[in-house]
Amino acid sequence: MSRIIVITSGKGGVGKTTTTANIGSALARSGKSVAVIDADFGLRNLDLLLGLENRVVYTAIDVINGECRLEQALVKDKRQPRLVLLPAAQSRGKESITREQMKEIVTRLSAKFDYVIIDSPAGIEMGFQNAIAPASEALIVTTPEVAAVRDADRVIGLLEANSINNIKLIVNRVKPEMIKADEMMSVDDILEILAIPLIGIIPDNQKVILSSNRGEPLVLDEKLSTPGVTLKNIARRLNGEDVPFVDLMASQENFLNRLRRWFTEPSR
Amino acid sequence: MMTILNRLFKRNSSNSSRESAKKRLKLIISHDRTGLNEETIEAMRQEILEVVARYVELDVDSAEFNLDNDEGMTSIVANLPIRRVKE
Repeated sequence: MSRIIVITSGKGGVGKTTTTANIGSALARSGKSVAVIDADFGLRNLDLLLGLENRVVYTAIDVINGECRLEQALVKDKRQPRLVLLPAAQSRGKESITREQMKEIVTRLSAKFDYVIIDSPAGIEMGFQNAIAPASEALIVTTPEVAAVRDADRVIGLLEANSINNIKLIVNRVKPEMIKADEMMSVDDILEILAIPLIGIIPDNQKVILSSNRGEPLVLDEKLSTPGVTLKNIARRLNGEDVPFVDLMASQENFLNRLRRWFTEPSR
Repeated sequence: MMTILNRLFKRNSSNSSRESAKKRLKLIISHDRTGLNEETIEAMRQEILEVVARYVELDVDSAEFNLDNDEGMTSIVANLPIRRVKE
């Protein structure tokens, strides 16, 4: 039985596509067969983050218009034989595909793959509606900023209205030093507001940009960085593994903080 | 000396930018979740005040009427101070 997961956020620029590229790659590495679908028609980028931009020949629109077979449109990843990408069309707008067409493509893919992962466009319009239509699970990506959390809440409401109740939260771009200084909402603060289960915490890290520059997902690194580990852990949790969360606050335990704790916390 | 110690060890909780982010988010999200617009809320407030005022005399100026949110459940929280009970 294949799992169909949409990755969405409401707000743009919070890291949906980076997350999709990494979770897809990590799942494929773990031995699962994975199809990732770029549902951002007109503004496709998943190909770029996976380093597959030069290998795109056909897109989902060509499949729908009968100009190629579904198998021909799937871009295979040389580094990862179990991962394929179904690219979005870059030329045409989000209106050129319907919910039914999206559902049909996903149904056909789900017969062949363990995971079908759909990278949703930002917003809550047509493109978003198409992306969530075939999904039975959703991962919400947010950052510790008011606009991102508010939009995440809106999207959770819309997913529930579409009978998608298996929704889990990824908090991206967490800055432990700001949380420590009470200058950023903590993951617990966000969980308290959104009230959905957590599946991942990813620290804000320059490595994320370096990896997108090269088109090499962080989870493929020989020696995993902290964001790489946290992304890989999300894939492991999707696979049903019980993985403890990386303590990002640990690095903030400097001398002063330890001293403060020693003074303010009752001794046991 | 104490003030320096306080500054060192106290966590600036209530007026930190983290707290104000949380507070503002909770309020806006409870509004978003109800899908009610301002006029509907105001109409509701007026009618509820009217009904309660039939039985007791209210201190209308210090009455509070808010949407609140807890654990994913939105509720209307009204605090209506009673001046006296009508005969």
